[in-house]
Amino acid sequence: MTGTFNLALDTQPAAGAASAAWLLLALPALGAAVLLIGGRRTNKWGHLLGSGMVIAAFAYAVVLFFDTTSLAAEDRLRDLHLFDWISVNQLSVDFGLRLDPLSITFVLLITGVGSLIHIYSIGYLDHELEDRRRFFAYLNLFIAAMLLLVLGNSFVTLYFGWEGVGLASYLLIGWYQGKDFAATAAKKAFLMNRVGDVGLALAIFLMFKTMGSTQYDVVFSEIGDQSTGTIVAIGLLLLLGACGKSGQFPLQAWLPDAMAGPTPVSALIHAATMVTAGVYLIARSSPLYSLPQAEDARLVVMIIGAITLLLGCIIGCAYDDFKKVLAYSTVSQIGYMILAVGLGPAGYAFGILHLLTHGFFKAGLFLGAGSVMHAMNDEGDIRRMGGLWKKMPVTFVTWTLGYLALIGFPFLSGYFSKDEIINAALGQGGTRGWVFGGIALLGAALTAFYMTRLLILVWLGKPRWENLTSPATPDPESPEAPVGKPYHPHESPSTMTIPMIILAFGSVAGGAILSAVLPEWLTPAIGEVEETHGALSHTMVGILTVVLAAIGAGLAFLLFGRRETAVERPERVSFPVRAARADLFGNHLNEALFARPGTWLTRALVYVDNRGVDGLVNGIAAGLGGSSGRLRRTQTGFVRSYALSMLGGSILVIAALLMVRFA
Amino acid sequence: MTPTYYLLLSALLFTIGAVGVLVRRNAIVVFMCIELMLNAVNLSLVTFARLNGDLHGQVMGFFVMVVAAAEVVVGLAIILSIFRTRRTASVDDSNLLKY
Repeated sequence: MTGTFNLALDTQPAAGAASAAWLLLALPALGAAVLLIGGRRTNKWGHLLGSGMVIAAFAYAVVLFFDTTSLAAEDRLRDLHLFDWISVNQLSVDFGLRLDPLSITFVLLITGVGSLIHIYSIGYLDHELEDRRRFFAYLNLFIAAMLLLVLGNSFVTLYFGWEGVGLASYLLIGWYQGKDFAATAAKKAFLMNRVGDVGLALAIFLMFKTMGSTQYDVVFSEIGDQSTGTIVAIGLLLLLGACGKSGQFPLQAWLPDAMAGPTPVSALIHAATMVTAGVYLIARSSPLYSLPQAEDARLVVMIIGAITLLLGCIIGCAYDDFKKVLAYSTVSQIGYMILAVGLGPAGYAFGILHLLTHGFFKAGLFLGAGSVMHAMNDEGDIRRMGGLWKKMPVTFVTWTLGYLALIGFPFLSGYFSKDEIINAALGQGGTRGWVFGGIALLGAALTAFYMTRLLILVWLGKPRWENLTSPATPDPESPEAPVGKPYHPHESPSTMTIPMIILAFGSVAGGAILSAVLPEWLTPAIGEVEETHGALSHTMVGILTVVLAAIGAGLAFLLFGRRETAVERPERVSFPVRAARADLFGNHLNEALFARPGTWLTRALVYVDNRGVDGLVNGIAAGLGGSSGRLRRTQTGFVRSYALSMLGGSILVIAALLMVRFA
Repeated sequence: MTPTYYLLLSALLFTIGAVGVLVRRNAIVVFMCIELMLNAVNLSLVTFARLNGDLHGQVMGFFVMVVAAAEVVVGLAIILSIFRTRRTASVDDSNLLKY
């Protein structure tokens, strides 16, 4: 097994077209800088510049891809050294880019989906022209940071990009300025990400302490010589980082709240790219996780992935908010990816495969949701929708293709990737194979259930919005009682539909193409796919998955398709629904696990500081002051008393001298 | 000659001077008592010079006299100026420099 991974260590210096790879970072960073510094002057053309920069980066990424495929497989790992970044005593970090199949795959996904979503945003934000420039500046900033994350050739560079995407995510979630829920959600995302980032930072410290470097080359070639404890510790700390960024249990609660941002942000950052950074991190660290000593760490990765994928599905069944259902769907699909990369060499390639196909169809689903909300006065409650397929045919068709891809409809993209993951999980063999494979199969059925519910409530059935108005928002300037607007759903402009159509093509054909070429293409970076043979044959797994998905979808049709859906959410519901509506108590867990102990710790520290530290300092000062006040009284101003004290002192000194001499 | 008598006289004079400094209020008397102490010490210095048969003690005595003379000049001037401003020569009355 280790023989395969020696491949991942021999990197070549980049030359030719690849030596300009810094452009990938520079173009979007330049776009962000121009738009942020230029301010209001760039309002007119800011969105064009922002989109142009990302499209240019995508064009370059395509050139880079073909440049790499022209090389022999063993030459495809390339390093581009840019400059010495940090050089302090023993710590030296080079700023360099790692150009290998894994990073180039991600670059293509980020810039490709990124370009589509930039174009989509032009149409989506046409109601908010004043602020659109700022939005594009942040989006460009995000693209630059995300590219740095996947392109960096050391863990420190990765961490730089990691924090950069965190910042961009924070800015974009809170983009609707002056709205409390957006500000709260942004803060929540930022804080919960910090918890994970601490894990990543500690992992980097540990690497530096034990191996003296954070460059991928050095770390991955020396990790095998470290003690089992160190390897497992680094593996678990990296997993904590991945949990924070990718919304995995127990840090999943921020991701659904992050839907407070504009929908293109949800599609790009909180579905297709940023939240998959955790999967990238674990796949990138595959030389570590593939070690036999890291077995325990991998098992924890799988457990986290399995818990999250079930949790996301269950909560997704109960929510009534269009975007939040999709958000929990994202949480659960990333659970699949984490489970896949936790399987080790048998699953890395399939985790990445699912990541790519998910990037297509989930971005498409989110853009469809955005298109609906754009047409429905920003209404997100699916109970107020229904029958929209007549009004928005293009969005309906593209969304449905994404939906079919997600539930694993045969020969659409989700079918290929999810199927492989389930097969690899079952291939673990024994109890472990049955547990993880079983959870993955159950997840496939649940996914079909909640997505079909979404399909029925939004697109099919009777239009429930016809006699309703959108919830009225009080206008402080008009004295009359607030009046909501009636809904007039309409098809979106072509800047929005064209990206959706392209993503729908990806959802349909992406899986078939990628599953054929991806494992071989990724081999130089993450090793060969290990064949697994579980209790069930591959064909059996495929049939079982489809059957289970069909059962889930059929159940949803029986429950929601045949009767009228109430516009008001029923409050008298069974315990599982109540639990799912409360995020399966994810927030309570975080509250009990992180927030409360944190508060207690702070209070205890404040108490110790006030009473202990301050008490000691103040006590010494008060004691000195009091005794000085008493001693002061001896300064009477009478010469004779001074003379007496001098005499007494002299007698004492003389007596002491005599004692020493004669005693 | 017996040095004991000289030393006893010196101790007696020093004690009288010391007690005078401690108990008397008049600045001039206190001043004179200080002189008495200085001269008592001079007496013992000269006695020790005689005992040891060299001039070190006598030289010290001269030093003390010179310093005492200078001190008298400064001290009397201070006492005089205090008396001019406060119309008193009692050391207990000039007690402003206190807590």
